[in-house]
Amino acid sequence: MTDNTPPDPNDIARIRRSRNNVVGLLLAAFVVLVFFISIAKMG
Amino acid sequence: MTQAASLHIPTDWRDFLALTKPRVMSLVIFTGICGLIAAPERIHPVLAFTAILCIAVGAGGAAALNQWWEADLDAGMRRTSARPLPAGRMNPDDARDFGVGLCAGSVLLMGLAIGWLAAVILAISIVYYAVVYTIWLKPRTPQNIVIGGGAGAFPPLIGWVAATGEITTMPVLLFAIIFFWTPPHFWALALFVKSEYAKVGIPMMPVVAGERSTRRQILAYAALLLPLSMAPWWIGGTGAVYGLSALALSLVFLGLAARVGLRVSYEGDTMKPEKQLFAWSIIYLFALFAALVADRLIVA
Repeated sequence: MTDNTPPDPNDIARIRRSRNNVVGLLLAAFVVLVFFISIAKMG
Repeated sequence: MTQAASLHIPTDWRDFLALTKPRVMSLVIFTGICGLIAAPERIHPVLAFTAILCIAVGAGGAAALNQWWEADLDAGMRRTSARPLPAGRMNPDDARDFGVGLCAGSVLLMGLAIGWLAAVILAISIVYYAVVYTIWLKPRTPQNIVIGGGAGAFPPLIGWVAATGEITTMPVLLFAIIFFWTPPHFWALALFVKSEYAKVGIPMMPVVAGERSTRRQILAYAALLLPLSMAPWWIGGTGAVYGLSALALSLVFLGLAARVGLRVSYEGDTMKPEKQLFAWSIIYLFALFAALVADRLIVA
């Protein structure tokens, strides 16, 4: 991080968007997992 | 938040993924699955998947904490200098929080979904790797790999306990196999990257005790591994498929270790035997545990 040129706002937006997508997918997967764990536990 | 701060490039999600050392995790996942399948009892596939997920996430969290603690050391070695923290692509506090979050989440989920004995062993393995090995042993003693090898030996034990809910001789033997496999595996690597470890002051065996002693110890551990890998067959825990596979694999391992153990390196040495031993050690562990699973499936 020694480069002093300001980062491109488009790059920042792109990285944030992809991070948000990944976090969203992981949360959705976690909800699905908890659902199936509950079903397995009840069985 | 200031305008300057808001314009910092956020960390890419791939760097968070890299922090979990996915390649190391693949071996952890594999041995964990093998422990689970080799166990004499079956659990619901969803719970089996959850147990492996918890092992993987816990290992990833411990790896993140390891990289957070060793960022300065990693910056000094060519092999590790491109990692997210030494390369300056990630805030150290983010890495620490990410690691703690993964570790805590994996132990909690393991306890709630699978069982608290498996969760406690998972927690011990995380503390063992992130604290006992990374913070305490690694910078202090050349035996760091020997004792620290225990951290990587936990996954099959956790997998087994997740399936059965108890600790018996077999999972302890699986633990012991990885425990005794670790020193020759890492010291083979340490022999050909010795100068890098010396540069950052990590007391790896070749740096402290010298090459000759390290080579002898590699051979000694490989010799011990031969009867140890056969022990699951001898106690009746597996069939002949595993036993004969273990014999063949361990004899090749011992042969390569003997080549490393009995030679002396020279200036400009390409260290080919050491690289071959390191590569075979990885194949060896995958193949040995694959044989364990194959044996169990054939018997079933």
